[in-house]
Amino acid sequence: MIADLTHLWTYLSTTSLLWLTLTLAAYQGGQWLFRRLGCSPLLNPVLIAIIVLLILLQATGTDYQTYFNGAQFIHFLLGPATVALAIPLYREIELIKKAFVPIMITLLVGSLTAIVSAVGIAWLLGGEKVLLLTLAPKSATTPIAMGISEQIGGLPSFTAVAVVITGISGAVFGDFILDRCHIRDETARGMALGLTSHGLGTAHALQRNRVAGAFAALAMALNGLLTAVLLALLVGLM
Amino acid sequence: MLRYITLILVCQLAGEIAVKIARVPIPGPVVGMVVLFCWLCCRRKIPEKLEVVTGFLHGYLPLLFVPAGVGIITNIDLLINSLIPFSGAIIVGTAMTIAVTGLVMQFLNRRHPSRRPGQAS
Repeated sequence: MIADLTHLWTYLSTTSLLWLTLTLAAYQGGQWLFRRLGCSPLLNPVLIAIIVLLILLQATGTDYQTYFNGAQFIHFLLGPATVALAIPLYREIELIKKAFVPIMITLLVGSLTAIVSAVGIAWLLGGEKVLLLTLAPKSATTPIAMGISEQIGGLPSFTAVAVVITGISGAVFGDFILDRCHIRDETARGMALGLTSHGLGTAHALQRNRVAGAFAALAMALNGLLTAVLLALLVGLM
Repeated sequence: MLRYITLILVCQLAGEIAVKIARVPIPGPVVGMVVLFCWLCCRRKIPEKLEVVTGFLHGYLPLLFVPAGVGIITNIDLLINSLIPFSGAIIVGTAMTIAVTGLVMQFLNRRHPSRRPGQAS
């Protein structure tokens, strides 16, 4: 019996099917927990799924390559999902035209602040070069940030985690900071949340106000693009 | 439906080819996003089926980050060694970016009140 089970495990653990299924299951488990415990932004389903899978990999002694052979089918969809960000962007084209100048100036200042603050603080706290490159694109939405990280010599998996934590932070204390700075303009609140905390910030802004939500979606898409361009230029200069 | 899945992949492929030829460190899918955006600007409307494909992809967007996030297992030593610069940069950097972005946008909107779309809609 034990021998049969061992045999079955040896077979299953190397198939793509097992880890693909477990990834989907872990994410849905995370979603269930998130809803069950009152949608607290601290209980991010992505974070829960990552932690559960890390524990499973450690417990079964499975290496990342074996895991990724299955999970790559999900990972592949990041590229098409990034391309498809053109649709929400196009949907807001009238809003972009109306506030073109303020949006562009804010975008440039915000995008530079996101990069310089992350790299500068990590450098001040003694981070190595690879860590600085990994953190630089953290405000861009994950598929874009990971692509940038890979291109400029950071660690994409590390960037993915940094991006998720950036998103959670913005959703948790974003409103507090905006209130303390007396920012009541909903377009400004939306821009700040979307630019800094991408999808998670956008979801948070949408819950509050329709205008804030639209500007957050816009800021998220444009900042993804601008971060890629700015970092390509900055890294090219170094 | 298959037509728009193909369209998205063609845009991505065009992006990948463009960045390889131009040798710029911009992710191919980002250029693909620009290609698709230009295509939409020419068409002047979003096809219904393309909305369906996008809705599916973006509905599960958070899930797509999981496999990459699990990859942190290969850099667990780096995470432990750089926990302070890592978390410090994220939390303080995020707070600074939110404040600066919000203040700049609010300031610019006050200077150009006629351009303020928040009031129009």
